[in-house]
Amino acid sequence: MSKTLYEKLWESHVVCTTGSGSCLLYIDRHYLHEVSTPQSFESLRTDKLSVRRPETNIAVADHSVPTRRDGRPIADPQAAAQIALLEQNCLDFSIPYIPLDSDEQGIVHVIGPEQGLSLPGMTIVCGDSHTSTHGAFGALAFGIGASECGTVMATQCLLQKQARSMRVHFTGRLQDGITAKDLALALIAKIGTAGAVGHAIEFTGEPIRNLSMEGRMTLCNMAIEAGSRTGLVAPDETTLEYIKGRKGAPKGEDWDKACAYWATLQSDSKASYDKEVELCVTSILPQVTYGTRPDQSLPDNGWIPASLTDDARNALTYMGIEPETEFDQIGIDYAFIGSCTNGRIEDLRAAAAQIKGRHVAHGVTALVVPGSGLVKKQAEAEGLDRLFLDAGFEWRAPGCSLCVAMNDDRLPAGSRCASTSNRNFEGRQGVGSRTHLMSPLMAAEAAINGRIVRTMGTGS
Amino acid sequence: MRPLTIVKSLAVSLPEANIDTDIIYPARFLTDTRKVGLGEYAFLDRHESNPDFPIRTGMEQKILIANENFGSGSSREQAPWALADLGLRVLIAPSFGDIFHGNCFRNGLLPICLPVPTVHELHRSAVLGREFEINLVDRHIRIDGTRLAIRFDVPPDGRESLLNGWNETTRILENHTDDIITFEHKQRSEQPWLWH
Repeated sequence: MSKTLYEKLWESHVVCTTGSGSCLLYIDRHYLHEVSTPQSFESLRTDKLSVRRPETNIAVADHSVPTRRDGRPIADPQAAAQIALLEQNCLDFSIPYIPLDSDEQGIVHVIGPEQGLSLPGMTIVCGDSHTSTHGAFGALAFGIGASECGTVMATQCLLQKQARSMRVHFTGRLQDGITAKDLALALIAKIGTAGAVGHAIEFTGEPIRNLSMEGRMTLCNMAIEAGSRTGLVAPDETTLEYIKGRKGAPKGEDWDKACAYWATLQSDSKASYDKEVELCVTSILPQVTYGTRPDQSLPDNGWIPASLTDDARNALTYMGIEPETEFDQIGIDYAFIGSCTNGRIEDLRAAAAQIKGRHVAHGVTALVVPGSGLVKKQAEAEGLDRLFLDAGFEWRAPGCSLCVAMNDDRLPAGSRCASTSNRNFEGRQGVGSRTHLMSPLMAAEAAINGRIVRTMGTGS
Repeated sequence: MRPLTIVKSLAVSLPEANIDTDIIYPARFLTDTRKVGLGEYAFLDRHESNPDFPIRTGMEQKILIANENFGSGSSREQAPWALADLGLRVLIAPSFGDIFHGNCFRNGLLPICLPVPTVHELHRSAVLGREFEINLVDRHIRIDGTRLAIRFDVPPDGRESLLNGWNETTRILENHTDDIITFEHKQRSEQPWLWH
C-alpha cells in the first residue's frame, strides 16, 4: 500500500498499540532546555525513575540566557537558578549538557542539526513547540509538554495518536530576495493559524527542493504557526550534504547503511493525503505581519484593509495602527535578527549583505543574535560581525532573546519591532510591545530605514 | 493526578478566539520552576488591561467556556498548570491548540471540543449564571434549568487517564517494558547508527 513519508516515519516507530486508538511511539532523540524540564526531572525523582538512554538526550540552556555575557554572572537570580538547575539535573541523571560558555551552546533547534544530532528517519522531541524545525531532515519531530519530557526520559516512548496527513505543494519559482520565511508567512496567511491543527504537514515541490537546509528549517519551524506540530521535508542530496561529516552523523559503514535507508524516506507517488494545499510561489512578495497573529499578513498592495473582522480590528488597536493606512509610513523602534526561525548563518549572511555600507536609522536599536556559538564564530570568520557593528547593529551572544523575551532583552510597552522571530502575539517581546514578523532581509532593511519597507514589489 | 469524573459548577465565559498560551501564561514568569502555585500568573497581562477580567485567583467556577484555537502557540505546560491551579477542571471550546490539548489530560484538566453553535449556546448559559454538570463517565453536559443534555466525544486514552487519575509514565513502564525492549532489539540491528 502506498504510504506518505509521515506514515512511514510513524509506523517505523510504533512499539505497540494501546487498544484505544493510540500508539506507544519510540523516541530516538530528546532535546532539553532549562524552561520545560525542571518539573520533568522533579517527576522522575518523585516516581523514583531513572533515564532509560541518557545518551539519546542532549541539554542546553537557551530561553532565559542573557545575550550580553562576557563571562559575567547572570544578573537575574531566577534565570541563574533555572540554568544552574538544568546543569545539576543533567549531572544527576547522566544527560549530556552543553555549558553556557561552550562554542556549541545555542538555541536548541539550531544546535541539534548543527551537531548532526537530527537525522532523517528519527523521532525527535523537545519541550518546545518549534521542534517542528527538525522535520526539515525528514525526521518526525514535534513539540511536547514538560510531563511528556519526563515520560520520554523514563520510557524512551510517548503515547501518541497519529495525526492526519497534509501536503503543502509549492509550485512556480521564487523571485530573488524571497526567502523561506516569506513562504512560511504566505502559507500561514492562506490557511490560517489553525489551518493545519491535527495534521502533519509535508512540504513538497520544486521550490522546496531548491531550498537550502537552513531554508527548510525556517519553513518547518513555522509549521506550528499554522497549527501543525510537525513539518516535514523528504531527505535528498541537499540533506545528506548538510549532515555528512558533522559530529553526530553516522560514519564509515554506518553512513552507507543510513543513506540506503534514508533513500526510502519519500512519500510513495500514489500516497494520498487527508488534506492538500497548493501554493504558487512565483508571485509571492516579501511578507510582513500587521497584527497579533502570524496569519495577519499585509496584503500585496501594502495597505491595511478597510473592512476588517472584529479580531483584526482588535489586533490593529493593540498594534497602534489605523485601518486603511499605507504600511510603509509606520516607524519602528527596534529590529531583531535571530531566533530558531532565522538565526542561522545563511540568515546572517543575507542580512549583512543587505546592510553593507549603510547605517541603522537614528533612534532604532537593532540586535543581531546568532543562533549558536558556532554560527557566531562562522559569522565572525566571514567578517559579518564587523559589517553589523559598523552599521550600528549590536552583536550579541547566542540565545532565544527577543523571540520570547524571557531574558533581559525585553521591549518597552508601545514600542515597535521588525523581527525575524516566529510569533507576533500580544506581549511576546515584552508587555505591550508590538511585533512585525518578516525575513532577515526585510528586518535589516527596516533597521536601516527606521520603517518597514518591502525590499521588492509594491511599497518599496 | 487528581481523577475527574463529574464536575458541577458555574462556568466562566471567555468568548475571544485564538487565546494563545502566551496570553494564558506570560513568558516572563517561565523562569519560575514550580508546577503548583502558578495560578497567580494566569492571564496576568489581561488583568492589567481589564481589572474585571474573570479568570483569576479566588474564582469559584471550575469550567471555562472558550473559543476557537484556545491554547495555541507555545508548548509551555505552565499554561494548563496555571489554569488547574485556579481550580479549573473543564475547558470547552470549538478547537484547541494540539500540544495544549494533550497537556491538559496529564494535569487533571478535561478539554472538550464541541461545534461552534453549541459552544455559543454554552457561553449564553455561562453568562446567565446557570450551573453546569460535566459528566465524563457518560460523556454528557447537563445545564441546570434547561433540558439540554449535550453528548461530547473525548479521546479514549485521555478519558481513561482522567477517570482513573493515572500517571502516564509509570503506567507505560508497568504495561509495556517488554514491548519497548523488543522494539529496541529490532531497531538496534536495523539502524545501528542510532545506537552508537
